[in-house]
Amino acid sequence: MTTPAQKRHPLISTRGLTKTFGQVTAIDSLDLELDGGRIVGLLGENGCGKTTLMKILAGVISDYQGEARIAGLVPGPASKAKVSFLPDTSFLPDGARARYCVDLYSDFFEDFDAAKAHELLRFFGLDESMRLKAMSKGMREKVQIALAMSRRAEVFLLDEPISGVDPAARQIILDGILGTLEEDSLLLISTHLIHDLEPILDSVVMMRHGSVVLAGEADDLRAAHRASLDDIFKETYR
Amino acid sequence: MQFDSSLPIWMQLVTEFSRRIVVGQWPAGARIPGVRALAAELGVNPNTIQRALSELEREGLCRSERTSGRFVTEDTDRIDRLRADLAEEAADDFIQHARGFGMGRSQAQQLLTERWKHHDHDSNGRPQTEGA
Repeated sequence: MTTPAQKRHPLISTRGLTKTFGQVTAIDSLDLELDGGRIVGLLGENGCGKTTLMKILAGVISDYQGEARIAGLVPGPASKAKVSFLPDTSFLPDGARARYCVDLYSDFFEDFDAAKAHELLRFFGLDESMRLKAMSKGMREKVQIALAMSRRAEVFLLDEPISGVDPAARQIILDGILGTLEEDSLLLISTHLIHDLEPILDSVVMMRHGSVVLAGEADDLRAAHRASLDDIFKETYR
Repeated sequence: MQFDSSLPIWMQLVTEFSRRIVVGQWPAGARIPGVRALAAELGVNPNTIQRALSELEREGLCRSERTSGRFVTEDTDRIDRLRADLAEEAADDFIQHARGFGMGRSQAQQLLTERWKHHDHDSNGRPQTEGA
């Protein structure tokens, strides 16, 4: 909940942010400002720059032009202590059991709440003694989400967290995310599966060719366009 | 609860919460569940719940107390008025649809009388099914 008396600083801000890979411009002079206490959908087709933006904010890519701030810091080692990043790829050792991954996170992150992670794994119906290599793609995603969401971070960057799982599992994952999110933190969640995210988003940022084509409050956009975000998205990218 | 994604969700929540008050699922004077609990129950963003509850408050259907939470109004006249408003909206919907099918007033009234009996019979001994 927002306290008006409290002075609010954006938890994510970029100014003229640009990133090129050779001839290709992945992020094109992007200006963005996102506040805490909100769930923001980062939407766009493949190759629009979503993942590159996530990686810059997470401090994984540093050779960009322009300005970026996350949790008040330039993305880098210091910001990583305040930002929980879930990349769109598998990053845990194949042979590890889920329980070991929780221990790993406990060692890595000071803000990690192991009890919460165990609770989420239980909520997702996972057996902690199972090895990751024995798990389905959806189960592995759930493990990674349980870990990422169990940090008391200021910003959560989730890159395509539900893309690899079936619709029933998506709902469980979203319920898990909704139930664990800290009140004042910012959750930026990139996806092309807008339909599943409709009810949980505060606002959306739609990207195309490395810049923002449309941004706004989810319900305001629905009212203005008399359409779902999904339909607005399709219209925007037609 | 299923939402119509083409309409603002907070407005649909206002309708749903109003319904809960009118049918007594949230009785007069009762404490309304917390924002996070409602968000979890309905699978909706907590800020959206907050916006809907603020609207209920603005309409005088609930009040919040700093420490103990939000409560349904004890003003049963206000709840009766809400019930009348919702019924009126439903009637307007019906009239609009019936007119759309080219029905006249007496035809529509006759249809309503017939279907009313049907529903009386249908719900005999069983509770009315709630809207999805």
